[in-house]
Parts: sequence; C-alpha cells; structure tokens
Amino acid sequence: MNQARNFSIASFLSGLLFAVGLGVSTMTQPGKVIGFLDLFGNWDPSLIFVMGGGVVTYAVLFQFIMKAPAPLFAPKFMVPTRRDMDGPLIVGSALFGIGWGLGGFCPGPALTSLGSLNPNALVFVVTMIVGMYVSDHVKALMFRPSPAA
Amino acid sequence: MQEMSIWGPLIGGILIGTASAMLMFLNGRISGISGILEGVIRPNGSEFAWRAAFVGGLVGGGVVLYLLSPEMFVDISGRPAYVAGIAGLLVGVGTRIGSGCTSGHGICGISRLAPRSIVATLTFMLTGIITVYLVGGVAQ
Repeated sequence: MNQARNFSIASFLSGLLFAVGLGVSTMTQPGKVIGFLDLFGNWDPSLIFVMGGGVVTYAVLFQFIMKAPAPLFAPKFMVPTRRDMDGPLIVGSALFGIGWGLGGFCPGPALTSLGSLNPNALVFVVTMIVGMYVSDHVKALMFRPSPAA
Repeated sequence: MQEMSIWGPLIGGILIGTASAMLMFLNGRISGISGILEGVIRPNGSEFAWRAAFVGGLVGGGVVLYLLSPEMFVDISGRPAYVAGIAGLLVGVGTRIGSGCTSGHGICGISRLAPRSIVATLTFMLTGIITVYLVGGVAQ
C-alpha cells in the first residue's frame, strides 16, 4: 500500500470523526459556546463535559499510543516539547479568547459549520484566514525588539 | 444556570479525543486545528497534504452532519455578521501568535499536561469569559 495515500486517508478520517464529535458535542452552536463563557450571566456549564471527555480520552489513549515505536504511517511521533512561557503565548491566547467570546466560534467548529452555510460561520472563516495571513506582521509589531539599536 | 444536557457534550468530547488520538496513532501528528489550517493556507511542502485532508474531513463532515441533522448548527447567538467578522480576525491572529486553539492547547496539550497549553487555555477561557461579560451573552 502507498504510505502517502494512507497518511492522507488517515488524516481525512480523523478530521471527519473530529467534525462528528464537534457536532454531537454542540460546539457547532455558537449560542451554546457563548452560554458556556457567560459565567456571570445565564451560565450553561455543559461544555465542560466536552473538554473533560476529550481530555480524559486523549490522555488515556496517548499513554497507550506512546508505547508504540512509531506511528503506523509515519517515521516518528511529532509532539511539541517547548515548556517556556513567553509573551506571544499569552497575548495570542488572550486575543483568541476575545474572538471566541465575540463570535462563539473557535477554528474547528467554524470550519465544520461551513457545511451549514451559516453566514456568520462563512464570514468568520474568511476573516480568520485573513488574520492568519497577517499574524506574522501583527506579532512583529507587538514584539519588536527595542528599537534603540 | 441553564438546564444541562450532558450526554451530547460528553459523547462529543469522547469522539473529539478519539479523533485526536487516531491522528497521533496513525500519523504521529497533533490535531491542532489552527496550526493545521495555517499549514493549508500557507503550504509547507510535505506537510501540506495531510493537513488539507484533515480540513477536508472537518468541512466534509460538517456537510454530512448538516444534511442528517441540521439542528446541530442552530445559531441563537444573535451576533451580527460584522461581529463574527471581527471575531474571526481576532481568532486568526490570536491562535497563530499563541501557537494554538481549543483543540491543540485545550485538548491535546492539557491531556499531556503541557505547561504552555495549560497557561494558554486558562488565558483564552479568561478573556472569553470577560468578553461575554462585557458584550453580553445570548438574549433569552
């Protein structure tokens, strides 16, 4: 069998299952997400179970997966190893949270919601892609080294 | 507080965790969706194809779900389109500067107890909560 083809098919099926999880979990309903973040208003805590279910499932399976010498279709596991904290991590995450609270979408549910033709999801995905394109410039402006030199 | 329906969120969360584990087991990659999407719009050689396939699965899955069960996409947020546009811009910039979103940091990173992901997740939860407090939740 062709390794590159297996690799792409495995990715496609993972994305498909991920989309089903997002839909079943109600993450594709921006009103639910905003309700979850509405801690001081009409709080809907149910999305805690999305994160709880996802984290516990992945944590358990990850331990088993790492016992294998390598992934099935790739030479090695590629797991992030950075442990340092830095400004971009905090500032970027803070900006993401503001957008999440404003729109009720994070990247996965927004992409999955394209299929529903929800105009807000379409607009969100377009501007999200624009944001990704300009993110390097924004980062350079925010975290420019001291211009004294 | 609202009435809770925990089964959808719980089962959905388990499916999300399983999909992420599947990508690690088969391809050895983290399912961080903002990073995967960036790799599609700014292609990087050999890493493009699997990322495009993953995004294809996400979008294609959405189409199938919508045909089977359109109520999964009910949007009672009441947010005008221009707000969704500003939100998308902030999410695009923020997830790239912050190296991840709800999937990569929130699920994969926290599961591995990665300190950067724990800090990132606490940060975006906090600013998300503050934002909804300031602009208002969903009208009843």
